[in-house]
Amino acid sequence: MNSVLNKLLLLICILLLIIPLGFTQGVYQAPELFIKQTIGELPKAKVLWLTKEDKAIIADILNHRFNRLRIRYWQKADNTVWILDEIGKEKPITIGVHIQNKQIVELKVLVYRESRGDEVRHEFFTKQFNLAKLTNDNRLTSHIDGITGATLSVWALTKVARLSLWLNNKALALN
Amino acid sequence: MKKTLIASAIVSLFASATVTANDESQELRDIIEQQHNVLKTLEQRLNETEQRLEATADQVEMSNTNSIFSQTSIGGYGELHYNNYEDQDAKIDFHRFVLFFGYEFTDDVRFFSEFELEHSIAGEGKAGEVELEQAFVEVNINEQTTSKVGLFLIPVGIINETHEPPTFYGVERNGVEKNIIPATWWEAGAAINYKLSGGLALDGAITSGLNTLDANIRSGRQKVAKATAENLAYTGRVKYTAINGLELAATLQYQTDITQGGANLADGATAVDKADATLLEAHAIYQVQDFTVRALYARWDINGDEANASGRDEQTGWYVEPSYKINEKVGLFARYSQYDNEAGNDELTQVKSTSVGVNYYLHESVVLKADYEDLGGAKDSKGFNVGFGYQF
Repeated sequence: MNSVLNKLLLLICILLLIIPLGFTQGVYQAPELFIKQTIGELPKAKVLWLTKEDKAIIADILNHRFNRLRIRYWQKADNTVWILDEIGKEKPITIGVHIQNKQIVELKVLVYRESRGDEVRHEFFTKQFNLAKLTNDNRLTSHIDGITGATLSVWALTKVARLSLWLNNKALALN
Repeated sequence: MKKTLIASAIVSLFASATVTANDESQELRDIIEQQHNVLKTLEQRLNETEQRLEATADQVEMSNTNSIFSQTSIGGYGELHYNNYEDQDAKIDFHRFVLFFGYEFTDDVRFFSEFELEHSIAGEGKAGEVELEQAFVEVNINEQTTSKVGLFLIPVGIINETHEPPTFYGVERNGVEKNIIPATWWEAGAAINYKLSGGLALDGAITSGLNTLDANIRSGRQKVAKATAENLAYTGRVKYTAINGLELAATLQYQTDITQGGANLADGATAVDKADATLLEAHAIYQVQDFTVRALYARWDINGDEANASGRDEQTGWYVEPSYKINEKVGLFARYSQYDNEAGNDELTQVKSTSVGVNYYLHESVVLKADYEDLGGAKDSKGFNVGFGYQF
């Protein structure tokens, strides 16, 4: 009888483990706040329409097809901010990238939706992207050290960093 | 008189010219106004067209993100192996074909599953198995804490939780994690993950336990198939990833009785001694630029008369694996490992393995692999493996 009671108590403890105390989303910073924080205001979003050739280059950077027609961005003088989604393992990670003079000032994980690999949201990892520029073959000038067990998330952030820099160059050329 | 006539003619001419000029100016003004109106209309139409274009693009992109499948995720991985060792028949095997299915109920509650077919074909007398390796619901409790309930992978080792072929070197998974930990290892229960600041994370889990009367760890996995749950297991892990490229982790697990009440066997069966067991595992991974080194140590301490008699009261293993990524496509590795599932006896039961090999990435998620392995100690053999793997 005691054994059964002990197991019942254990079961209750197990169930308590999964009862949420108060929900919060995996939102580390709202995109609007990131834009305001980085360029000091929230200007009207600009739109960069993508051609077939653009999509081919983007697909090469992302290593998969890109189906969007255009991308919104925010600009103040020579600062641009890009809010982009890229899938790590299963779900999209929302990433904010602030670029000035064709180099990354800050890259930040704004929303993380996956079960594992969220170490990439920490500043000790994302600060590796600071000051990174784009090479002629659309690679980063900085080496990014990975995180074991978060390989796909690391790849997602690296791709978004490269894509943001490429989009920034294209947007500035069109201005 | 003549002069008067000439003067009159000139005045008339100027008056006529002035009238004509006024008429032309008015006409020009009218044309300009008309053109202005046309421009305004065109500008308005352009704005409307841009708005319609934006709305259409919004709708197209919303259709992509708000479809009935947008909350469902599908993924998978697989690997084909060819093994050729001395004194053994060469074998080719589609070792694993795995599909992931996930569903996001809300931003804070999600389901994840992993469904696996091993060795191509399953059924009575067939070599393969169909296995449910993961099926759990995960809940975000707050920004630092998540919990899950269901069937999930035990938080231990390097490859137990992350074992998609492009993420590791070697055609086959390493012998230490396979035979000592034993990966891939899943149980049913509940778990909690707490992320402290500074890259430190804690895991705790209460799960079903192993079930083995002779302390055979790998075959003791019940795989949550009508598993005996008389005696549970408690797992804790601490993981540190605050320095770029570095992961340090240690897992401690306590099994309350891996015989699952073997001391109380009924119907005349031979009762066995109660056997509680403790697993300690620690590993380090360090990546500097294109060079990575992995090292892992694992050890079981098992109580009970049967484990003591067979030498399985102590089971240990370790390996060290340096690797170098020459470029995005090619990586080389070497691995030395030792493991012994009967380290508690004086017999030669330790297996030593030295491997070297290469991974060639056709794509970041598709890899061709080849390695050469020299086995020593209790297994004296050598051979090579080739294979390919993918994930999506």
